[in-house]
Amino acid sequence: MSQSTDQTADTGAVRAPDIAVELADVTFGYDRTRRVLDGISMTIPRGKVVAIMGGSGCGKTTILRLIGGQLRPQSGRVIVGGQSVPDLDREALFALRRRFGVLFQFGALFTDMTVFENVAFALREHADLPEELVRDLVLMKLHSVGLRGAAQVMPAELSGGMARRVALARAIALDPMLVLYDEPFAGLDPISLGVVGQLIRKLNDALGITSVVVTHDVYESLKIVDYMYFVSAGKIAWQGTPSEVHATRDAFVRQFVDGEADGPVPFHVFAPSYRDEIFADA
Amino acid sequence: MPSSTNAVAHSLRRLGSFAIEHVERLGFAARFFVAVVANTPAAFRRLHLTLREIYFSGVLSLVIILISGLFVGMVLALQGYDVLQRYGADQSLGVLVALSLVRELGPVVAGLLFASRAGSAITAEIGLMKATEQLAAMEMMAVDPLARVVAPRFWGGVISMPLLAALFSTLGVFGAYLVGVRLIGIDAGAFWGNMQSAVDFRQDIVNGIIKSTVFGIAVSLIAVFEGYEAKPTAEGVSSATTRTVVMSSLAILALDFVLTAFMFRGVS
Repeated sequence: MSQSTDQTADTGAVRAPDIAVELADVTFGYDRTRRVLDGISMTIPRGKVVAIMGGSGCGKTTILRLIGGQLRPQSGRVIVGGQSVPDLDREALFALRRRFGVLFQFGALFTDMTVFENVAFALREHADLPEELVRDLVLMKLHSVGLRGAAQVMPAELSGGMARRVALARAIALDPMLVLYDEPFAGLDPISLGVVGQLIRKLNDALGITSVVVTHDVYESLKIVDYMYFVSAGKIAWQGTPSEVHATRDAFVRQFVDGEADGPVPFHVFAPSYRDEIFADA
Repeated sequence: MPSSTNAVAHSLRRLGSFAIEHVERLGFAARFFVAVVANTPAAFRRLHLTLREIYFSGVLSLVIILISGLFVGMVLALQGYDVLQRYGADQSLGVLVALSLVRELGPVVAGLLFASRAGSAITAEIGLMKATEQLAAMEMMAVDPLARVVAPRFWGGVISMPLLAALFSTLGVFGAYLVGVRLIGIDAGAFWGNMQSAVDFRQDIVNGIIKSTVFGIAVSLIAVFEGYEAKPTAEGVSSATTRTVVMSSLAILALDFVLTAFMFRGVS
């Protein structure tokens, strides 16, 4: 079912220095009884936008947390920027995270700060810059997402799409090498959806960063990503470029892309025989 | 017979599991306390964060503390006068009120009010920050939430609590003066003079400050711990907030007994 795991055909030869993130045979479970990830391997080249897709609860966000060092794998390797994330101590992990940007599902903006202060947060915490320079940098980041005019607004006054754009400006505040997006399209109206999608692509190309987008929004992703991984039941079910997604007859991908209720991902949760249960008392 | 054996085994298992769970949580709270204290320098380096929390925990609690203190003092004066006059000791009303407030009611009632007003707010705020992934966002920006969020709130509470207890006692004494001297007509000189000669700075006032500081540490620790450990759901935050008020109140009353036993044992 799974397509070749070699990305070289579409994304060019991937040499080790060109790899931003690598997961090798990673297994993970929140308890001993159920594995969320079961031997997942993936390679994310520098400068690319890569989507990790799959249904709710398939382990997409877990992959993001493993990359960010919030979780440790039970086995396997997680390499980010040439460093083995599970082996880093807290100080080294924080040093690595300074090169990350993360956009959370609903923005996770600090509600007691203005939009300006949210974007300035990482700059003030990590860079000993004069306040005038912080101001200029924040306004530049806000301008790049079209929200310079909302600098003094509180997050509670923003729409969902605007909050996501502010979170994006905050994520790129320190000019990261890698940006992780957790469901960036969830709950957005069609216009905001397009705006956020285009921003992810444009910022990725303009700033030369690598983007990992965890999402279940197939159509929006197909427009902006270079490569897609489909995750199901803790494994990579399929992978390929957007053009290959359009062309494939793979049953899982077709069900996912076409939004079929039943298929490799069954409509019914596993249960005893319907007939036996209905006529149990007869 | 086997069923009764099973029931006993089941009860023992549940008891054991309950004990292990709570001892584990206590141990975790102790480690959390050490981590918060270890992050104190980081919190004080950015003093504005702690000052902001003193404002939220202390200044915004002033209304309830001052009004409660005033009424507690007024009620104490009415009740105290009723008893003291039977023994012809109504001139000692000032002493009764001042010692009751400074030694016990000031720290304890202010502590209980502080737990309800500020402790619950701290838990809810940190719990909601967790539920909306703000703490996770901070972690991913390489900023330790213990240093940035928890330690300033903890120290804000610890610093505010003795000040609030002192103001509670002050307003209580003033309330007793209004009722005892102005309303009932006790001699003002006897009210203040007896109070001044009977209240010992070291034995009464310093011990009262120590009590309120200990209560401040207990309430603030419980509040930040419960918020930080809250389940990231609406129900989880609600439960954590309730636990903060209940646990803080019980901790204040239990600690008050222990501290009183050490401080005032054998004091005439």
